[in-house]
Amino acid sequence: MPLTGIHGNRRIQLSLGLILGILFGFLLQKSGVTEYSVIIGQLRLVDFTVVKVMLSAVVVGMLGINILKSMKLIQFHPKPDSLSAALIGGLIFGVGFALLGYCPGTVAGAVGSGYLDALAGAFGVVLGSILFASVYRRMKGRLLNKWQFEKKTIPEILKVNRWTVVVPLAVFIVLFLAWLEK
Amino acid sequence: MDFLRELRWSPYIAGAGIGVLSWLAFLFLNKPIGCSTAFARTGGMISVLFRGRKKTDQNDFYRLFPPVVDWEWMLVFGVFIGSAISALLSGSFHFQLIPPVWEAAFGSSLLLRMAAAVCGGVLIGFGSRWAGGCTSGHGISGTMQLTVSSWIAAICFFIGGIVSASILYGQSSPGGL
Repeated sequence: MPLTGIHGNRRIQLSLGLILGILFGFLLQKSGVTEYSVIIGQLRLVDFTVVKVMLSAVVVGMLGINILKSMKLIQFHPKPDSLSAALIGGLIFGVGFALLGYCPGTVAGAVGSGYLDALAGAFGVVLGSILFASVYRRMKGRLLNKWQFEKKTIPEILKVNRWTVVVPLAVFIVLFLAWLEK
Repeated sequence: MDFLRELRWSPYIAGAGIGVLSWLAFLFLNKPIGCSTAFARTGGMISVLFRGRKKTDQNDFYRLFPPVVDWEWMLVFGVFIGSAISALLSGSFHFQLIPPVWEAAFGSSLLLRMAAAVCGGVLIGFGSRWAGGCTSGHGISGTMQLTVSSWIAAICFFIGGIVSASILYGQSSPGGL
């Protein structure tokens, strides 16, 4: 790893985090996903901006990080998780997503655009995290994380080279986006 | 530099730009982009404030995610700033209490909107900690690494969201799949 010096420097990490965040927030706002109407429009299936932004980020990101990994410049960090966590946590998140109309990233962007309901939402996200931390010890090892995934990634499960999944998936996503535009 | 002042960019351009940011995060931070953990760390800071350092440090969750300002916390703070810059440049920055779409459906009660926003936020905070990530950490960074849990979580975010939105707003017809 050629950049471990940078990775170990806390001050550089914080500065880079801030710079990446400013660019991220700028792009989120420009794309429209910091708007309540755009997120709710996606969840009501009348405005596909959110899916378009996310999938183009995934295609471009996926191709780039796989090339960087092949060049041995980066490491992947797939989240070790369980089926129960992804399913139940994901569904609970979804309900909140529809009620609030923003997610943790876009809620910060919405506050930045002057939306004060997003400030109440951000407060709620902090509150929900505190609630989770307070029940974490009792739920750990039970429903919280039942059925741990033995293999973390799709190529590991399929026992194939990662490019065997990356290339067809990228093509599929591009075709899907083209179909959405029709 | 007129494009910086435009109200909207193509979602594909903006999305591709976010994809490039994820390369930079892997390269320079050795981490994927994510937003929700910063909220949990903030929760830990509040816990330190109200329950004290000792009790917070004894909590198993805060042992895993200590209440400190890390790069991801700065990232979320940056999102706030970057979005403000974008909105100010395009002239779309304005203070708003209730989104017009909400008001058209549920009326102009400020209390109702704020209550929904806080409750929605609580569910998002709780759900993203349970799932181990949010729309960015799982939905973008996790799926691009082909992580199984991230694909399942991301699909569940949208299933939960679409079902709840149709209950809240009733069935929608035009443009739907």
